Amino acid sequence: MNKIITGKAYVLGDNIDTDQIIPAEHLVYSTSVLEELRNYGKFALSGVPPEKAGLPEGSVPFIIGENYESEYTVIIGGTNFGCGSSREHAPLALKVAGIQAVVAESYARIFYRNSVDGGFVIPFESATKLNDVIKTGDVVEIDYEKNVIKNITDGNEYVLKTLGNVFEIVKSGGLFEFARQSGMLV
Amino acid sequence: MGMTITEKILAKSAKMEKVVPGENIWLDVDVLMTHDVCGPPTIEIWKKEFGEKAKIWDKNKLVIFPDHYIFTENVHANRNVKILRQFASDYQLPNYYDVGTDRYKGVCHIALAEEGYNVPGTVLFGTDSHTCTSGAFGMFSTGVGNTDAAFILGTGKIWEKVPESLKFTFNGKMPEYLTAKDLILQILGDIGTDGATYCAMEFDGEAINSMSMYERMTLTNMAIETGAINGIIATDDVVKEYLTERGITNYEVFKSDADANYLKKFEYDVAKLEPVVAKPHSPDNRDSVKNVEGTKLTKCYIGSCTGGKITDFEFAAKILSGKKVKVPTFIVPGSTTVDKQLDERTIGGISLRDIFINAGCDLAQPSCAACLGGPSDTFGRSSDGDVVISTTNRNFPGRMGSKKSGVYLASPLTVATSAVNGVITDPREFV
Repeated sequence: MNKIITGKAYVLGDNIDTDQIIPAEHLVYSTSVLEELRNYGKFALSGVPPEKAGLPEGSVPFIIGENYESEYTVIIGGTNFGCGSSREHAPLALKVAGIQAVVAESYARIFYRNSVDGGFVIPFESATKLNDVIKTGDVVEIDYEKNVIKNITDGNEYVLKTLGNVFEIVKSGGLFEFARQSGMLV
Repeated sequence: MGMTITEKILAKSAKMEKVVPGENIWLDVDVLMTHDVCGPPTIEIWKKEFGEKAKIWDKNKLVIFPDHYIFTENVHANRNVKILRQFASDYQLPNYYDVGTDRYKGVCHIALAEEGYNVPGTVLFGTDSHTCTSGAFGMFSTGVGNTDAAFILGTGKIWEKVPESLKFTFNGKMPEYLTAKDLILQILGDIGTDGATYCAMEFDGEAINSMSMYERMTLTNMAIETGAINGIIATDDVVKEYLTERGITNYEVFKSDADANYLKKFEYDVAKLEPVVAKPHSPDNRDSVKNVEGTKLTKCYIGSCTGGKITDFEFAAKILSGKKVKVPTFIVPGSTTVDKQLDERTIGGISLRDIFINAGCDLAQPSCAACLGGPSDTFGRSSDGDVVISTTNRNFPGRMGSKKSGVYLASPLTVATSAVNGVITDPREFV
């Protein structure tokens, strides 16, 4: 498994709920039919109010036009990221859009579990507030052996909390792989 | 050191003597619940991961309620219900409650209670964040995603981190202008939408003990809005009586030890509380109804797992009896049982249904309807710059439909009073 994630950051505010990540009207698409699955990418973050989309300026589209993949690789959030509903479509939508990791100060429980157990995106917790120091479009590099995120654009480096004992599930790629590798499932 | 009720139930489920907050444990699940939004992807993952060997761990412990996108022309939404129907037929599931049949129930969290799936001391997981509602029965219940649900579906087991507990004690006798909704919005304003992240919320006190089963469910229902893993109220005679009526007498009752450890304790005197709302766009954006009185409304909404129980409609009918609403007011019973009760329960000899019809309200069939927006033809959905007051649970941007609309969350008393005046109004004007 790759220990480094590099790419452009898309910055959001605090309390990004699952209705903003993927509005409920879009929860009807099949997750196994590829053309339909792409809709989750297309509508990812479409519920974020424009002025709060892509901080600090806002009004930065996450997905351009009819695309389903975003030019961004890492989401930078604040506190309580992923609050609200239990929809696993939320981390799925981010993954389909091309997001590999979210870095936030804190997470709502179900979003965190879904991200890890479904193997969609890696939910890193930052030790300090980052959504006011990293800007949308900055290139960042996450090294999760060293537990740091570096802003390549301005050279600053920030500490990430360790993933603790969910690291084993992250490393396996999800709950089912973890259970198979640890002999729980045959 | 003693244990909290949540710790005791989790220890029993993990077959452990004692559990400590922070440790990850594997639980044996008593009931798995799913619905039309998360059921199909859960089944998909289960089939993919278990392959040819895919087996439901215990058909009797799987409960499926189509409830979210039911009365819509949306082809994708209807396909999801068809997938559930096919799955139930393929595996001969005893606890599937299909739409368009006498078995249809409506909103899962209310139906779980009504149909007797909520049993003290047990562990219930559901693919819906409001699964915490069932905790009102003195059990552990929480929401999970599709992958976790698929894992449970095949194994009957799931990992969980033992939560710290927070205790909320409500002293005194509930004034008649307050409901459980005011209490949980009060807490939300105090601790915020992440104030209880990964914690158990335990409720007790005189005001809680004197509450009906359904009012208690309003409290535990919105535990998730504070980030809590579960909400819980110890089993007492009110619970026992509700269960006896449904033929359930065999269960284990757990209570927190006097020396159990709590991360924090909160105490309230209900006589000092007043009717509150959560202003747009967050359930913790609390204000007193008095402070926002006069706010012009375009829609009023009474329904959902939070505010669509029979007690919610009794509160609303008390206000609307003999009056007319000034703005479109949508009534969505939480379940088919609640729908029947609208005809059976009366005030001054007039059924609740007739009170609502005479007041000029629009009534719909039971489902989640516009609580979470839903497909564009959903009953009561917000559009454009609507200003809505609602008995539902979330008012995030776009939650009830339009991103431009603003939603005030309030008690059924406050919503009904506001419907009569067309502007937000303190229920004490009529109560």
